[in-house]
Amino acid sequence: MSDVIATNQTILVVGGGISGVTAAIEAAECGKQVILVEKNPSLGGRVSQLYKYFPKLCFPSCGMEINLRRAKANRNLTVLTMTEVSAVNGESGNYSVTLKTSPRYVNENCTACGECEKAVEAEFASEYDYGMKKRKGAYLPFNMAYPQRYVIDPNMIGTDDAQKAKDACKYDAIDLDMQESETTLTVGAVIWATGWQPYDADKIQPYGHDRYDNVVTSVEFERMLDPFGPTGGKIVRPSDGKEAKDVAFIQCAGSRDRNHLKHCSRICCMATLKQTTYLREKYEDDFKASVYYIDIRAIDRIDDFYQNVQADENVTFIKSKVASITEDKDTGNPILHGVNTEGYHRYSNPHDLVVLAVGMEPSVAKSDFPIDVVVNDNGFIEADEKNGGIFAAGCSSDALDVNRAVQSATASALRAIQVINRVAGTEG
Amino acid sequence: MTDANQQMVEQYRNNFLREVEDNVEEGGWVKMCMQCGVCSGSCPLGPHWDHPPQELFMMIRAGKRDEVLQSSSMWMCTSCYNCIVRCPRELPITHIMHGLAHYAKRLGIAPKNQPTHKFAQLFWNNLTKTGRVNELKLGLALYFMNGISEGIKTSLKMKDVGLGMMMTKRLSPMELIGGHKCKDTSGLQAILKKAEELEAARIPVAGK
Repeated sequence: MSDVIATNQTILVVGGGISGVTAAIEAAECGKQVILVEKNPSLGGRVSQLYKYFPKLCFPSCGMEINLRRAKANRNLTVLTMTEVSAVNGESGNYSVTLKTSPRYVNENCTACGECEKAVEAEFASEYDYGMKKRKGAYLPFNMAYPQRYVIDPNMIGTDDAQKAKDACKYDAIDLDMQESETTLTVGAVIWATGWQPYDADKIQPYGHDRYDNVVTSVEFERMLDPFGPTGGKIVRPSDGKEAKDVAFIQCAGSRDRNHLKHCSRICCMATLKQTTYLREKYEDDFKASVYYIDIRAIDRIDDFYQNVQADENVTFIKSKVASITEDKDTGNPILHGVNTEGYHRYSNPHDLVVLAVGMEPSVAKSDFPIDVVVNDNGFIEADEKNGGIFAAGCSSDALDVNRAVQSATASALRAIQVINRVAGTEG
Repeated sequence: MTDANQQMVEQYRNNFLREVEDNVEEGGWVKMCMQCGVCSGSCPLGPHWDHPPQELFMMIRAGKRDEVLQSSSMWMCTSCYNCIVRCPRELPITHIMHGLAHYAKRLGIAPKNQPTHKFAQLFWNNLTKTGRVNELKLGLALYFMNGISEGIKTSLKMKDVGLGMMMTKRLSPMELIGGHKCKDTSGLQAILKKAEELEAARIPVAGK
């Protein structure tokens, strides 16, 4: 990392998801020096874990590929993976940042041939698949990972398995003695694009995500559709692997709830509407989707999408916040209990599978930021003058869909560029 | 909000919601309900209510005064607190139910034969007499709540329990004459009388 050069005319972008990548590319293409750091071994973030985008139902891999090409082609952009920001000091136009890079144990020689993966036996829960699948101890985070370079799980170090991986490598790419490294740089502005994480569904006690196999979250459901994912692209029940054709979606699972997240996460309604189309895609007319909701918040131009789903005869909308879920021990069916508030009808409905449309929360808590930032009641970073040259992009600023996250990222790139131009102006 | 806006809002606020806000304990929360239905779905006695809480809140907002206050629904609440725990807006639903029941009772329009209503009155009469609950008298009053023949039947059915309680000194037959009391019964009566006066000055009383 010693070859990374930065000055107070450099922009640091923290987080390599769609927002961070967008902000970094936009600023770099404007001629600014940009360092993009990502905690994980690959860029891509949450978007890479999605099957399709709403409302166009296109594949996120497509847009990501374009972004990665732009990133690769730009000489102003330096990408550092497995790197976190451990300290930030200073003020707008002059920050001192400390970056901590964890060892990948694989160097640039890696051709992603996959021999090391074949050689090792140890398996770990795959982060990319929310633990629904195992991955090897030597692994490529996912097919489209950037950089295309393997990773050795730190738990492997010191085991025979790690040595097997090293021995299997024909390119001398595995370095088991790699150490954590730290470096301090000077930058002019920081774009915080640390994004979101799905709200921990286990905390919603009455829904039993921690107790019932056939209650999954929306992000887990999304992984099922990936042809290389935990179920090979099939919509099946985790308990017995049977096809799940009668699926219930529970909206506001953790959002708009003072016991959990106070805010409306904004994307979950559209995510559920989108996921009902997955059922039609897989099962044609042979499926049933039931959406339990308080209100459907499909905003502005995506209302069309809502109307199309409403017109689907196989999709039912039930105006009710589900009170609790129990499980039919014999069939493994989750049974949803509650009251349909349109007519006050009490129901106990069994389904094959329940998908909780979980909310978005900021992935970094206020107390965990390496510098004091102004956040709102829900933990998202405010556009506040007190934040100086630190700007939030995408879901670290609010619960946003991809479209709005990218807009937010571009805006934050512009704000950071203004800081850099001011610095350049005063210095030269 | 500007005055003009405030006036528009006021127009749409019906009198019953305001009456509930003013007179019912925790009634100010009613307007916060977003009608998600989780309280109704969570209520263990839900299937036996005419109107579950979230429906009651909507009826209050729709100005259905008689239907709400004469309803037996809020008397069905067993204070299990499931609704409060799950309410996404943290409404104190259990307390509002008791507040509504209490207010209906004060107005004298609570359903006469609702068992919880009857029992609450028996309990209050029993307790305020001496400042201590006389369990023997309360039990008997409860058995005979619906007439002599049912009272005798219930008493016979429960006699083993009663004898068992006497054997283990949890119940004394001496309670029938006078019974135990607090140190200053007349002081307690005075406190209650004063409290009633204060309450009457605040909220209208039945028949006055």
